[in-house]
Amino acid sequence: MLRFEGVWKGYGGAPALAGVDLEVPEARTTVLIGPSGCGKSTLLRLAAGLIRPDRGRIWFEGEPLRPDRLRPARLRMGYMIQDGGLFPHLTVRDNVTLMARELGWPRDRREPRLAELAEMVQLPADLLARYPIELSGGQRQRVALMRALMLDPDLLLLDEPLGALDPMIRFELQRELKAIFARLGKTVLLVTHDLAEAVFFGHRLVLLRAGQVVQQAAPSVLLARPTEPFVARFVEAQREPQRVLLGAVG
Amino acid sequence: MTCQARRATPHRAVTPERRETPMTFDRRTLHRAGDDRVGAKPQRRLGSFAPWPLERSDPARRLATILVLLLIAIALAGWSPGPLAEDVAPRPVTIGSKKFTESVILGETLRLLALDAGQPARHRAELGGTRILWGALLSGEIDIYPEYSGTLTREILAGEDVGSPESLAAALATRGIRVSASLGFQNTYAVAVPAALAERLELRQISDLQAHPDLMLGFSSEFLDRADGWPGLRQRYRLPQTRVKGLDHDLVYRGIAAGHIDVTVVYTTDAEIARYGLRMLEDDLGYFADYEAILLYRAELAAEAPAALAAFHRLEGKVDEATMARMNAKVKLGGASEQAAAVDLLSETLGLSVSVSAQGFWGQMARRTLEHLGLVAASLTAAILLAVPLGVLAAQHPRLGQLLLAITGMIQTIPSLALFVFLIPWLGIGWLPTVVALFLYSLLPIIRNTHAGLTDIPVPIRESADVIGLTRGARLRLVELPLAANTILAGIKTSAVLNVGTATVAALIGAGGYGQPILTGIRLDDTALIMQGAVPAALLALALQGVFELAEHWVVPRGLRPRKTRGASVEKAI
Repeated sequence: MLRFEGVWKGYGGAPALAGVDLEVPEARTTVLIGPSGCGKSTLLRLAAGLIRPDRGRIWFEGEPLRPDRLRPARLRMGYMIQDGGLFPHLTVRDNVTLMARELGWPRDRREPRLAELAEMVQLPADLLARYPIELSGGQRQRVALMRALMLDPDLLLLDEPLGALDPMIRFELQRELKAIFARLGKTVLLVTHDLAEAVFFGHRLVLLRAGQVVQQAAPSVLLARPTEPFVARFVEAQREPQRVLLGAVG
Repeated sequence: MTCQARRATPHRAVTPERRETPMTFDRRTLHRAGDDRVGAKPQRRLGSFAPWPLERSDPARRLATILVLLLIAIALAGWSPGPLAEDVAPRPVTIGSKKFTESVILGETLRLLALDAGQPARHRAELGGTRILWGALLSGEIDIYPEYSGTLTREILAGEDVGSPESLAAALATRGIRVSASLGFQNTYAVAVPAALAERLELRQISDLQAHPDLMLGFSSEFLDRADGWPGLRQRYRLPQTRVKGLDHDLVYRGIAAGHIDVTVVYTTDAEIARYGLRMLEDDLGYFADYEAILLYRAELAAEAPAALAAFHRLEGKVDEATMARMNAKVKLGGASEQAAAVDLLSETLGLSVSVSAQGFWGQMARRTLEHLGLVAASLTAAILLAVPLGVLAAQHPRLGQLLLAITGMIQTIPSLALFVFLIPWLGIGWLPTVVALFLYSLLPIIRNTHAGLTDIPVPIRESADVIGLTRGARLRLVELPLAANTILAGIKTSAVLNVGTATVAALIGAGGYGQPILTGIRLDDTALIMQGAVPAALLALALQGVFELAEHWVVPRGLRPRKTRGASVEKAI
């Protein structure tokens, strides 16, 4: 589905990615995790073709991702970022159907799809006429997901999709998202810095540090058998707040 | 020696539009009717921002629609007359005049003469100075204008051998220009003193001043500086006076009336000479050159408008200095129109009685408004069509953008009058160079705002547009331009308001508009007349700004306007 092959990327100083090899398996959710600046977002942006690798290659559906062949590839990807990236001048309906219109989908194809997606993400139909600024944060992310799914893409790229939400809404939306992923069987590449979220979503976790993959494994494996002290430290650091919480209860 | 600069005469101008014959007016209407076709182009162009309709509201389309409707309306209303008038027989004669009263009166006299001879004619009054008039005559934009022999030989043909009438005629003939005989008066420099003082000191000739070194002299700044002015005069007559002031020509008269100045230099047909009781001293050593009033005209008038030309020649030798001074006084001191003075001049000198109908105040105001709007609409439309794409280009290519902004910024620093003068050799006078100049001035605010509006779009939004698969063009059309619409519109608004102000200067090169009464008012020192141009110009600028603000409000989609009430309550509904 998606494969990174010896990918290097730098922004002037130290490389953001230093030789990453990574296979994103089909119909699974792969989570990129790691501390800030580890290169996880860079990896996602490379997959979306927003930036190009200095070295190495990225394969998507059996073909290398090339600047001149970007558009057809993008039409098979859905993309969702932290604050939604919604177009503020367009209503929810127009945001979601913008590309479908550009592709010449007739109305009787667009509208049912829109209704189907709204139902899937549980967005009330009367919100379709609103503008992003008139929505809550959670609603905006639902709309962003609708937009990402509109063309029924093969691959979903999600960059901290729930990062800006307050914990309760985040909790609720995590559940819904996971159910949707399971139902659609999409290939998902998700970036988060939150280990709990990663474990919750991921069939497979990829831990990065300083532009390199430290360990990639199923969640249970990563938690139980860290291959490097860094992995153990990372896991420990994320467990600490939980322990505090449990201690307060006990 | 520029007569234009020398003259600071007189009062109450007739604006050029008032002088147009009904015939040219008809053609102007015709021409104007053709403008909807011109105006239709921007619609397609701007409409291409959003070729398919978004269901609810599409700001780009709204913006485009508003702009197009507005500009079409303005252009329809205000298109100025082009030079098409020459196409239809009989050929109208175009008369020019410089921006001082005597020249305007003579120009008006020529127009009335032509009309009387059955020739359609129009008068482009107050075009500016010698350089502009001579250039317009050579290029055929005007057919005839009143000039002075000294200006012709010393300034226009300076450095050529034009000592004899034959060599002068030959020099002019190579340019397709002919010259009339003197109209009968000179308008040259003369040294003048108050009659009472002259009486007391027994001053008759300039040489008599030698005996009175204590006299206070006051001259126009120009006369004080130029080699053939005061320095030469002092040398020729060995004048001993050391108390010499330089001041504005109009103020010279006030100074002499208040007793601050004893001796000054006047123009021999100045209306104020009689009014302030001055005596002109005889130029006994022949220092001042001849400045005979003459007519310069294009040679083809003889074949193409013989009747009018014959009528013009009837003026030769008929106007003496006293008559001309009286006519100047009528306008400058009596508040009559140049047209009225011209009617009097014809009846006194040729016994010719012509009747004229003057346009009313509101008619004149309406005409000026249309002219002004026409200039602004045409230049602004052209500027929008070029500057928005250039702004887009500047946003996409930062280095090219810097260059573009630098160039347009530089254009902005050129004074408008200088820019007009640059453009005259290519574009002539009147409507076209004005529109081009205004167009150039309009570029910077629009380019800058388009550039700023596009570069200010948050990166995540631009990237989202990329990743959902929009092409670069579609991204621009569907996302970036609508988001920048507000800023772009603000730039257009700035340009429009600046344009209204700058267009007032256009009267200097014959483009009419509100600048006409301002120009005339400055010449006649008539504040009320200046207000007739300045106040409507200010109101027009305010009105345009208001229209654009309304448009802005309509264009900006609800999504870009902050809302406080709704978001919080729906938050819990999720």
